[in-house]
Amino acid sequence: MANHTVAETIHVPYLEEKGILSWILSTDHKRIGIMYLVSISTFFVLAGIAALLVRLELLSPGKTIVDAHTYNVLFTFHGSAMVFLFIVPGIAASFGNFLIPLMIGARDVAFPRLNLLSYWLYLLGTVIILFSLLKPADTGWTFYTPYSIQTGTDVILLTFGVFILGFSSILTGLNFIVTVHKLRAPGMTWHRLPLFIWSSYATAILQLLATPVLGITLLLLIAERVFGIGFFDPAKGGDPILFQNFFWFYSHPAVYIMIIPAMGVISEVIPVFARKPIFGYKAIAYSSLAIALISFLVWAHHMFVSGMSEVAATVFSFLTFLVAIPTAIKVFNWLATLYKGSIELRTPMLYALSFIFLFTIGGLTGVFLGTLAADVHLHDTYFVVAHMHYVMIGGTVMGFFAALHFWYPKMFGKMYNEAVAKVAWFLVFVGFNVTFFPQFILGMEGMPRRYADYPPQFHTLHEISTIGSWILGLGILIMALNLLRSLTNGEKAPDNPFNSLSLEWQIPSPPPHENFEKIPHVTDWTYGYGKKNNQEG
Amino acid sequence: MEEIGIDVHAHHHVDPVVEYKASKLGMWLFLATELLLFGGLFAAYAIFRAKYPEMFHEEHKELDRTIGAINTVVLICSSLTMALGVASIQRGKKKLLSLFLLLTILFGIVFGINKYFEYGHKFEHHIYPSTSIFFALYFMMTGLHMLHVLAGVLVLTALLILSLKGKFSENYYTPIELGGLYWHLVDLIWIYLFPLLYLIS
Repeated sequence: MANHTVAETIHVPYLEEKGILSWILSTDHKRIGIMYLVSISTFFVLAGIAALLVRLELLSPGKTIVDAHTYNVLFTFHGSAMVFLFIVPGIAASFGNFLIPLMIGARDVAFPRLNLLSYWLYLLGTVIILFSLLKPADTGWTFYTPYSIQTGTDVILLTFGVFILGFSSILTGLNFIVTVHKLRAPGMTWHRLPLFIWSSYATAILQLLATPVLGITLLLLIAERVFGIGFFDPAKGGDPILFQNFFWFYSHPAVYIMIIPAMGVISEVIPVFARKPIFGYKAIAYSSLAIALISFLVWAHHMFVSGMSEVAATVFSFLTFLVAIPTAIKVFNWLATLYKGSIELRTPMLYALSFIFLFTIGGLTGVFLGTLAADVHLHDTYFVVAHMHYVMIGGTVMGFFAALHFWYPKMFGKMYNEAVAKVAWFLVFVGFNVTFFPQFILGMEGMPRRYADYPPQFHTLHEISTIGSWILGLGILIMALNLLRSLTNGEKAPDNPFNSLSLEWQIPSPPPHENFEKIPHVTDWTYGYGKKNNQEG
Repeated sequence: MEEIGIDVHAHHHVDPVVEYKASKLGMWLFLATELLLFGGLFAAYAIFRAKYPEMFHEEHKELDRTIGAINTVVLICSSLTMALGVASIQRGKKKLLSLFLLLTILFGIVFGINKYFEYGHKFEHHIYPSTSIFFALYFMMTGLHMLHVLAGVLVLTALLILSLKGKFSENYYTPIELGGLYWHLVDLIWIYLFPLLYLIS
């Protein structure tokens, strides 16, 4: 950077400089966003391969490719890498970093160097977790005690890695909250903020307030193993349920850390491709905060069969139902936005519509699971696996793919091949449903989760599910190849290929280092589509 | 633009007033996360105290109230000197700032030395974190707190070096104020730990 004079640097596209140092030392929020994007995508692929192996083992009863211990290791790696390395940092760290300053009209986040530190901490955490694979843990991603204290595998390194990642998450959340409070451009009032900002803000609150509790939980777990303290060990007078309470006090809000940013993406994509102003702006904005708030009050619904009083279980069950209200508010507002819109089925829109469809299934099955009587039957079965994947893939990953195809031209200054992208979407959509819908039935019929083997009557459905995983994998492979190839071979992207009114599309693709030549003065919200006298012409 | 300097992405990309306010908001948010980190331990304390009142009653007698009380006074004094340091630089008294920072650091070190002897005595009596739930809480809570004192001393030392180099004035003292906020929190947590562990029977 020192080679350029100030005036030059400001106008140079942020991708211009080459060399690894110009990346890992960059405090430019756009570069940090891209580094997160590359990192989380890498772990998405690695953890996805683990998932394909898990599904392959389940293709037929008995041992197919791996023994039971290896199977446990595989699903533990799949779960912890997907959760802690991909989906929790996920959209928030990658697209959040890239977009928040652009969308609010700022030159960077509030603390650029702290932002870079967050990324380094993320890297450090991943390195530690990869080291733990020398003696990989077999606890599942939830590290339940007392097994996690007793197993001979390397739980300490894995949880320490997750602890470090927690710091990264906390600092990112802190940075985003301060950025949204203090760096909005003149005229960018709270009620003019793009909804992606509202959702990032709600997510940041969760990251900030929930993650420290995970931090202390994991520290205590490590202390159980290293110093022999007995908080979670019944043999020493401790209480393993306390671990579950601590763990879910973080990990339930974490579910919303995973999904709320994706909801923000959907709120951006739908109005652009329906050419209509977003319906119920304030309802969508405040429902993000409502979800964040309620998410702190429902953790015990993961523990209905762990042993708790009926009163507590009933209260937590009803509190769980409350989450459905702000969630449904969002879905209905998206549908109302689509109503009578001139819908253009570009790839981001296809993923956004898939989100609404699949997330609704995931959300409603969540209400089943929040119901006490049903949960006793369905707990720890494949119904939970299917529900969770409908929310996490059908929701978050669809939102992630929508974001990837929507902001790709802005990020890289290139267009991808639309036809190939649509083929990939089709395979992803079909493959996902073929993989996970049968698992609802498997769960209803009593197939427990996390087992390497199963009785023959479950064979057909497992087989269908495994074949589905191949279709899903193929779809993602095609998508990835298309996006990677377009980096070099794609057509040059216009500044605003989708005719969006949001601030990030009013500057060059890819944006210059300082984002805006002059900080914009905002006079209206960003959703004035389909009206006369706006920039659509 | 002229004052932005070469590295346009350094922390100077916003005007000083906004930066001051942003930094303070950021610090308060960070303090909230610290409270939640300790919150897990306080929750565990409440749960196990309710479960094993006799254990807590018997074993808390083993703790050294004298050292605990001395350390409480030491930390309160350190908070005073820290506050005086902030007040000094707000009035532009740079040398006084360095003096008060030095005193605060010294108090922090005294606290650490006391803790060293306190832990040493425990180990001599074969009391370890694994001895009982109560001592697990004692070592985890005071140990995590001690780590924070250590971090605080390191931060204050860095601030002292900057202060001796003359980086701070009545126009720019944000890092001092942030360091002070952090130090007061560390002090405050101890004010809760001391009665909970040493005094209540």
